[in-house]
Amino acid sequence: MLPKMMQRLAQPVLDAKPTRRRFLLGAAAAGTGLAVGFHLPGKRAAANSGVAPAAAGQPFAAYLTIGADGKVTILSSQFEMGQGAYNGIATLVAEELGADWNTIEVQGAAGNVKLYGNLAFGGAFQGTGGSTSMASSWERYRLAGAAAREMLVAAAAAEWKVKPEEIRVAKGILSHPSGKSSGFGPFAAKAATLPVPEKVALKAPKDWQFIGKSDLKRFDSARKANGTERYTIDVKLPGMLTAVMIHPPYFGAKVKSFDATAAKAVKGVVDVVSTPRGVAVVAQHMWAALKGRDAVTVTWDESGAEKRGSDAIIASYKDIAGKAPQAVARKDGDTEKAFASAAKVLEATYEFPYLAHAALEPLNAVARMNADGTLEIWGGHQFPDVYQAIAAGIAGTTPDKVHLHVMKSGGSFGRRAVFDADVIAEAVAVAKAIGFKAPVKVQWTRENDMQGGRYRPAYVHKVKAGLDKDGKLIAWADHIVGQSIMKGTMFEKGMVVGGVDPTSVEGANNLPYAIPNQTIGLTTTEVGVPILWWRSVGSTHTSYVGEAFLDEVAAAAGKDPVAFRLSMLEPTSRHAVTLKLAAEKAAWDQPLPAGRFRGVALAESFGTVVAEIAEISVDPRGGVKVERVVAAVDCGTAINPDQVKAQVEGGVGFGLGAIMDEAITLANGQVEQSNYDAYRPLRIDAMPKVEVHIVPSTNPPSGIGEPGVPPIGPAVANAIFKALGKRIHVLPLSKGLSA
Amino acid sequence: MVKLNVNGVDHQIEADADMPLLWAIRDIIGLTGTKFGCGMAQCGACTVHVDGEPTRACQTFIGDLDGRKITTVEGLAGKVAATVQKVWADLDVPQCGYCQSGQVMAATALLTANKKPTDADIDAAMSGNLCRCATYHRIRAGIHEAAKRLEA
Repeated sequence: MLPKMMQRLAQPVLDAKPTRRRFLLGAAAAGTGLAVGFHLPGKRAAANSGVAPAAAGQPFAAYLTIGADGKVTILSSQFEMGQGAYNGIATLVAEELGADWNTIEVQGAAGNVKLYGNLAFGGAFQGTGGSTSMASSWERYRLAGAAAREMLVAAAAAEWKVKPEEIRVAKGILSHPSGKSSGFGPFAAKAATLPVPEKVALKAPKDWQFIGKSDLKRFDSARKANGTERYTIDVKLPGMLTAVMIHPPYFGAKVKSFDATAAKAVKGVVDVVSTPRGVAVVAQHMWAALKGRDAVTVTWDESGAEKRGSDAIIASYKDIAGKAPQAVARKDGDTEKAFASAAKVLEATYEFPYLAHAALEPLNAVARMNADGTLEIWGGHQFPDVYQAIAAGIAGTTPDKVHLHVMKSGGSFGRRAVFDADVIAEAVAVAKAIGFKAPVKVQWTRENDMQGGRYRPAYVHKVKAGLDKDGKLIAWADHIVGQSIMKGTMFEKGMVVGGVDPTSVEGANNLPYAIPNQTIGLTTTEVGVPILWWRSVGSTHTSYVGEAFLDEVAAAAGKDPVAFRLSMLEPTSRHAVTLKLAAEKAAWDQPLPAGRFRGVALAESFGTVVAEIAEISVDPRGGVKVERVVAAVDCGTAINPDQVKAQVEGGVGFGLGAIMDEAITLANGQVEQSNYDAYRPLRIDAMPKVEVHIVPSTNPPSGIGEPGVPPIGPAVANAIFKALGKRIHVLPLSKGLSA
Repeated sequence: MVKLNVNGVDHQIEADADMPLLWAIRDIIGLTGTKFGCGMAQCGACTVHVDGEPTRACQTFIGDLDGRKITTVEGLAGKVAATVQKVWADLDVPQCGYCQSGQVMAATALLTANKKPTDADIDAAMSGNLCRCATYHRIRAGIHEAAKRLEA
């Protein structure tokens, strides 16, 4: 549901209104090919010019260019962090353009919100998140491809003196029944001089060649298998230095003073500087920086430090959860009256820990100030406009002088979508602190990354359900307690309404079930631990509560978990259809072999409905192994079904790791985990077999990067109840099973 | 000065003997396919072969490698490696891809030693290689598929 809310947010906060005028794309100076772009809202073709991507060092100013060599370069508004956004967008362009897949390249674009604003967020903000990449790109990139095709055809028709409608375009070849044919290259320059069609027709779904099929493989797979894919960590510039950060030992502490005498004696250490976020050791290479770091002594100002432990934080949340909520996110019917009349009332309190994103590539960024006053930054630019503005502020320049090179990142899961630019701000600050005398790469260590905050917030839910004498669920109350992700950020003004941060309650205040009386309450806490969205955001905890507690309710009512859910869903709804598909594929109505147990969960997030059925076994010592997961997903049009499956498979593994064994804990304000030995994401030996079934749909695409995550936790917890008769209210399971 | 043989090429590295192989490969020799993920042999992103054995470069020190043959993903060669890499692309195994050169190094070593690994063999050999995108389902499928193609 985030995208819908984002629309509300984007306009007032960022104030970049779409204009009706034609949008002119840069200078035509280079004139080597065709470039296509549209103004917002992306409905109508606008203009073109022959601008080449590298023209005069300007930001990319279009959605695609076709070179004289016929090569198609797509400029992606969406950041690639592994989720396959580049492939999805390339598929949309290829479908309409008739391009040869092997000649397509995708590059990240940034720095022009009018071109690259996320349409699912209202268009006034460029960002990748909320599983919106395909929703934002669905029309924009198909229109770009279609317009480019029409212009190429017009150019060829004029040259060949034939009717444009007689020209066919497929696999990068323009051809005419007379036998004339050509690649795109020879007509690219001519096409660029033609007017952009006022209106382009998109293919009817029945004519799709690629969309809805799995034929187009990711073009980065081979590069990723042979080590040639480049990430920010691989950026090497002439004279570049590498910096390692020493961050404060507590959130909220600051540098008071430091002694770098010994560090500066380490071979390869160039400088040791203070920045607003910590001390940086700048060196010729990473190893020298690490050795230098170990030789620095820092004295910290701890006056503003958060020194509570996570146990104390959770204990205070539990206390708050028993009181009336600060705000009400949803109120249907009369919950109090319904509870009073209920034949049976169930209650439970759930505890969720902080979670780290722990992407494999620790955060990093490279900053270089050029002689002409432009500042270049290489990084995982998930919120590019924000980073451009913050970098400009630190460097003392204007955002238009900041050029972002959008690198692919080794995972993110939300971590690189930050309000304060984080490591990007550090790279600029360190470069500035050494007088911009050399390009600087700031490379976090795993310890920096894991102890750097921006966690999935810890939450407590106190939940209550009431059944009538027939076992019908008549009342539901959920009081959510935890920090607000948006409070204190640029999103607060547009998004936090009536004290309710939508990311705290999403998944809880839109339960799909017909429950006549429900109250979803929220109390937002103030804790000095920095937090952030983490793959599937609010639904990481709300869906666990909703679906695990609903399973308790079904058991109390003596009903089958699938049948109980279906009894509260409109039979033709997406939720019911998806749940029924999962149940059918998992043979829910058939008995399991001895020693196997299963649980079900259903969740909607980011416009996509996913049902998952987890099958587990339990070893004699009570160890739980998830053997198999059957998922059904309705994500609207599946642009590439195999990539949809890949995201759900990965989402299951990502979510399962968190539920099983991940937790960030603090002892007296200090994070106790620093590396993968103590913070333990899923490994291959705990990965179940995963089957993904896609509900056929003609709706526009909704999200797929995140929605595979929410149902896995409750599905496994519900299977554990079947196996062990135990309800898991404290996460992770490694803790909850022994609680 | 430390001598290193990487991908069949001798290098004279101007660094102390306690420098981890990872940083010598990446920052001194300039081969970036070997990735930094944890620095303490927990994630496997830096997996290289030392005399054919999968080894964590972040916890291997250059002073200990005299006379040893180091292979990085850039120098990976032979039928097994080529098959693994081809299968990885055919099955679209990678997502973010950051761990995948390490996964490919580990999978190649596994299939070199064991022509027909079971799921349990795969789990045992590959559990030191973290994939935060959890592409494990396809890594397993990829290793089985590579074994099948190599048998043919």
